[in-house]
Amino acid sequence: MSSGEEALHGSAGMPLALRGPAPPKVVAGFGFWLFLLSDIIVFAALFAAYAVLSGSTAGGPSGAELFDKSRVFLETMCLLASSVTCGFGSMAIFRSNARAMYVWMGITFLLGVCFLTIEGREFASMVAAGAGPSHSAFLSAFFALVGTHGLHVSMGLIWLIVMLLQVKTLGFKPMVTRRFYCFSLFWHALDIVWIGVFTIVYLGANSGHAG
Amino acid sequence: MQVEAQGHAPGVDPHEQHNARGYLIGLGYALVLTIASFWAATTSFVYAPAVPVLLATLAIAQMGVHLAFFLHISTAPDQANNLLALAFGVFVSGLIIFGSILIMTHLDHHMMPMDQLIQIQR
Repeated sequence: MSSGEEALHGSAGMPLALRGPAPPKVVAGFGFWLFLLSDIIVFAALFAAYAVLSGSTAGGPSGAELFDKSRVFLETMCLLASSVTCGFGSMAIFRSNARAMYVWMGITFLLGVCFLTIEGREFASMVAAGAGPSHSAFLSAFFALVGTHGLHVSMGLIWLIVMLLQVKTLGFKPMVTRRFYCFSLFWHALDIVWIGVFTIVYLGANSGHAG
Repeated sequence: MQVEAQGHAPGVDPHEQHNARGYLIGLGYALVLTIASFWAATTSFVYAPAVPVLLATLAIAQMGVHLAFFLHISTAPDQANNLLALAFGVFVSGLIIFGSILIMTHLDHHMMPMDQLIQIQR
């Protein structure tokens, strides 16, 4: 890797016009970063809808009555831990260590499944108690925001399975590691969105809504 | 070999690719901030009207920790593209969220009370 480092320092002082095209990993990473930011803007719209509608309970249950903080804490820990294990997995990919990669990414997958299970149970119990998305504007906004995040996590898990299969069949080819690297960006970004969700939706519920 | 480095993709640590310490430090910070958030939401130790501001501060700090330690976004010169894109994303998100809250509370404030509105419709 030292030659790469030298090339890096060499190119820094070079006029822009003389530098070659950026390597595929940088281009793919930057493009995916732009996608993630646009995805976060989608979430921003859902957050805005939730902030505006969180008081419109239409006589139904409010957030403070519905949410269980210990369960949310458990969900938060699952996602945070999975973010870190995903980071360890990316390091294993960089070292081309397949065994460590399978272990860390397997743990990441299981933590993601734990998160989705807890969230699914919460949704099911809310719908069973008559607090489904059709009950009030507050609940519609809640299910739209938290449900979209959960949907992203489900998509991430499917993507992770596909990536593990690609490593199994194709090995650590540049295109595979590049995709895996985009997956890890996606997974970390979902954790950042979850910080907003647990702060605004779950912890903001009992101290009065802002909107 | 051609000169290949043209900036850095987000998520790649430019100096050390095998850096478990960074993730563990990030995990430590994130744990402290998360526990502080859950504590702030349930405690009566903090003056109640200040709790939302405290929660927002903790959340923004934790997002910063995740960006720095997990996504490896930094202010290095070769990360200018990533950082500019991030700044634009944050700007647009802020416009959408605070703009919506501002406009909707304003409209709500000026709306006729519901019982009068129902009388007009009769």
